[in-house]
Amino acid sequence: MDNIITIEHIAKIYQVGTEEVHALADVSLTIDRNEYVAIMGPSGSGKSTLMNILGCLDTPTKGIYDFKGVNVSDMNDNQLAQIRNKEIGFVFQTFNLLARSDALHNVELPLIYAGVPSAERKERARAALVHVGLESRMHHRPNELSGGQRQRVAIARALVTNPSIILADEPTGNLDTKTGEDIMALFHEIHQKGNTIILVTHEEYIAEHAARILRIRDGLIEKDEIVDRRRIPTKNNASFL
Amino acid sequence: MKSYFIELKEGINISLRAIRANKMRAILTTLGIIIGIVAVTTMSTAIVGLRQAFINSISSFGSDVLYVDKFDWLGGHDWHSMRNRKNITFEQYEKLRNTLSSYSAMAPNLRSFGAKVKYAQKSTDATMIYGTTEDYVKTANLVVDKGRFLNSMDVKSGRKVCVVGTDIADALFPREDPVNKEIKVGGMPMTIIGVLQKQGSGLFGGFSPDGQIIMPLKTFENSVGKFRSNLRIDIKVSDQNRINETRDEVIAIMRAIRKVPLDKPNDFAVNQQEAFKELYDKTVGVVGIAGLFITALALFVGSIGIMNIMFVSVTERTKEIGIRKAIGAKTWSILTQFLSEAIIICLFGGIVGLMISFPLSLVINQFLPTAMPLDIVIISLLISAFVGVVSGFLPAYKASKLDPVEALRYE
Ligand SMILES: Nc1ncnc2c1ncn2[C@@H]1O[C@H](COP(=O)(O)OP(=O)(O)OP(=O)(O)O)[C@@H](O)[C@H]1O
Ligand SMILES: [Mg+2]
Repeated sequence: MDNIITIEHIAKIYQVGTEEVHALADVSLTIDRNEYVAIMGPSGSGKSTLMNILGCLDTPTKGIYDFKGVNVSDMNDNQLAQIRNKEIGFVFQTFNLLARSDALHNVELPLIYAGVPSAERKERARAALVHVGLESRMHHRPNELSGGQRQRVAIARALVTNPSIILADEPTGNLDTKTGEDIMALFHEIHQKGNTIILVTHEEYIAEHAARILRIRDGLIEKDEIVDRRRIPTKNNASFL
Repeated sequence: MKSYFIELKEGINISLRAIRANKMRAILTTLGIIIGIVAVTTMSTAIVGLRQAFINSISSFGSDVLYVDKFDWLGGHDWHSMRNRKNITFEQYEKLRNTLSSYSAMAPNLRSFGAKVKYAQKSTDATMIYGTTEDYVKTANLVVDKGRFLNSMDVKSGRKVCVVGTDIADALFPREDPVNKEIKVGGMPMTIIGVLQKQGSGLFGGFSPDGQIIMPLKTFENSVGKFRSNLRIDIKVSDQNRINETRDEVIAIMRAIRKVPLDKPNDFAVNQQEAFKELYDKTVGVVGIAGLFITALALFVGSIGIMNIMFVSVTERTKEIGIRKAIGAKTWSILTQFLSEAIIICLFGGIVGLMISFPLSLVINQFLPTAMPLDIVIISLLISAFVGVVSGFLPAYKASKLDPVEALRYE
């Protein structure tokens, strides 16, 4: 299998006053194409820090990060921005949509920064929204949508550029169980289509949707395990059947 | 290149949306720029107008003409001592005329401020009366509209004829042809032989060249100017590039004619129009520039207001900046976004400012011969855009350099 991500001895150290905080102490791992990985661990263990580094939002203090055969550890801000734009789709716990823009424009946004012309952009954004079952909510603003719908807009935005990996930091953290299950069904489908997904979660039953679970504690990988009996989400929302 | 425009368009759209979302704030901020632009454009229109008025009022003095006079026009000497100088006489003029190696015209003249002019029941005031020779049409750069100018016969025999400006012709002959009509100038009857072309008003309408009357030197001496015998000699040089050489030659000849001892300064002056302009630029001009500088401070204060609001805007939208960066906005995408917001606010202020100062310039135009020049319009729009860039740059730069992780965490 060809791997997308290889990190070796990554550390992220924050200087707080005179004290050093090792958000990540020493992490090495590889992730292959079309893997579905869940990252678990107690609060403050470094999950988000790891996600931000994998997503090229942040740079490690030490170590090497090889993304699709390219060393991104010493890229500059604009090169990292380009990687984020083309290769990575983010889904956040708090959705992070632009409040003043409607769903369609939110989904168009990554394509704007990719330099895609308006007509093609609208076409692709619409298709992505249809894909997540929001064809009737294109011109709604985030505050006119439910939490689950907002998260689906965010997923459409993450998918619209056809990225190599989807990074989701507690995507169901702000949703009720049923809505969370809908979102997991969507991830399942995306994974089935060949995408690579890395997902941070607190909840065991969410993590069991993935094929592999990384357990982190105090900035170190404690366990790297294969899920024996993967949970297949029940599709209880007809809109994306 | 194409993607550059796509992002620029997004930048402008975001700016417009942000401005619309905070209308009141944008209007108040723009007010600073509006006041600044109104102050600067009105001030510079007034300055340009004042200078134009001044130039109009000295335009009867040609730039290629030397004026030999007892008085130094720019002062520099005590007026009493100049007054006590010997008059320049007609004999001195004749000697100068015969000695000076090259010139294109030379006209001795006597002048008098104002006189009553009458025709039938009508009367008006002449602003200036000149007694001179046929050469004066060249030295004063006059154009005759109707009839003719003085000729050598008129001058030699001191005929009672005159050439008048359009104001006088219009006042006395609203419907008739003034040529060959007999009028009374200071009580002396004389015949109009020509009317000059309209020249336009001088500074605040004073000493308008359109109110002048020109007559032969002898006729002048026999009527209005009985007691005025201090001649001025106007010399139009043959080559403007050699005006300084001619000037030196005139000084040398005049010193010889007036028998000025070697160790004594000139007891006459050779005046030039250029000197007026220099004097103007050194005095009124400097005051004008200082005024412009002070009004420019208003614009500066306005730009500080913009900068302040842009910093607020960046802070408010930290989270948005984080989101945009997370999905691929580059440093300059964010920079362009905030710069265009500042520029749009400033350009809007500039345009509104111009819409206010344009009618103001029409009011100024009632007093000064100028409307708002097109280059002031263009320059002030450029200045507005420039103010936008300057005051928007620091906040935009701050925004573009935000760390995406920090920005996303901002609440
Ligand atoms: N900017 C920072 N400055 C200092 N310390 C930081 C900074 N960011 C994170 N940390 C520290 O790094 C550690 C890991 O943080 P991280 O956000 O990765 O935890 P997490 O596993 O995502 O926790 P949670 O489950 O609560 O989201 C924490 O102890 C945190 O205090
Ligand atoms: Mg976290």
